[in-house]
Amino acid sequence: MPESQQPAPVLEGAAKAKLDRDFEQLYRDHLRDVYSYSYYRVGNHHDAEDLTEQAFLQAYRHFERAQRESHGRPLRPWLIRIAHNLASNFHRDRARKPQSTLEHIDPIAAPHGTERIVEGREELKQVMSSMQDLPDDRREALIMRFALGMDNREIARALGRTDGATKVLIHRAIKQLEERMDGGGS
Amino acid sequence: MTEPTTNDVESLLRTALRPIDPPESLPGRVEETLSAVTEAAAEELSAWAEELSDSELASLRDPRNWLRPAAAVAAGSVAGGALLVIEMRRRRRPSGLRNLSDEVRSKLS
Repeated sequence: MPESQQPAPVLEGAAKAKLDRDFEQLYRDHLRDVYSYSYYRVGNHHDAEDLTEQAFLQAYRHFERAQRESHGRPLRPWLIRIAHNLASNFHRDRARKPQSTLEHIDPIAAPHGTERIVEGREELKQVMSSMQDLPDDRREALIMRFALGMDNREIARALGRTDGATKVLIHRAIKQLEERMDGGGS
Repeated sequence: MTEPTTNDVESLLRTALRPIDPPESLPGRVEETLSAVTEAAAEELSAWAEELSDSELASLRDPRNWLRPAAAVAAGSVAGGALLVIEMRRRRRPSGLRNLSDEVRSKLS
């Protein structure tokens, strides 16, 4: 076969290698994000591990297209959206509502292998318990904001909303939490 | 008792919703699974490509001959499906993931 006809497979191989390197970087950068989000959605480490693994498998299958269509934008919202959808499926498949998970999370015991002195344990439990009363979308937005440190734009992309709607969503979530913790909300 | 302010609540949320470090075993588990998937897919496509002559490659431009590539794609889907089956079994068998690569290959063979 003439040499002029051979570069295509080489380029394909190089492109594939680059794609794999890029995915590996995405994985290393955001493993903790995906795991944290999954954990706060399902409320236990065992299922969070399963969801995290599934999220990265799905991400790998669609990574080339996601990268092509991202136009250079960060892929974390896309990754979190995958975890978000998997968590929703998890709750749907088990015919139980996500409201039953957060209140059982011990905010002190949650991290692996770390011992921290945390003041205001009761307040922390209260805020976690109050989050149970929030609508799903508000609770999910708060997890993205505070557990993952995502900004409004990232959260908007992950939830498929506009930036403005996301800003309002988070503002209302925090206000509702204030009311709940003050005992005024019902 | 004073009412919590927005700053108080945000501060509490930052503390309560700390990022959670994954267990030490998880990175290895995910990497092993991804490796198994990519190796299985690569072996499948490699074996398929080696069997093709130039004329066969040319004939693949005809959509009527696309059945085989479609089968290769389907094999990739089987790999994904196999992983899900294995994952379900793993829940009942704690040590199952250690042999994940071999199990995926056996599913494909």
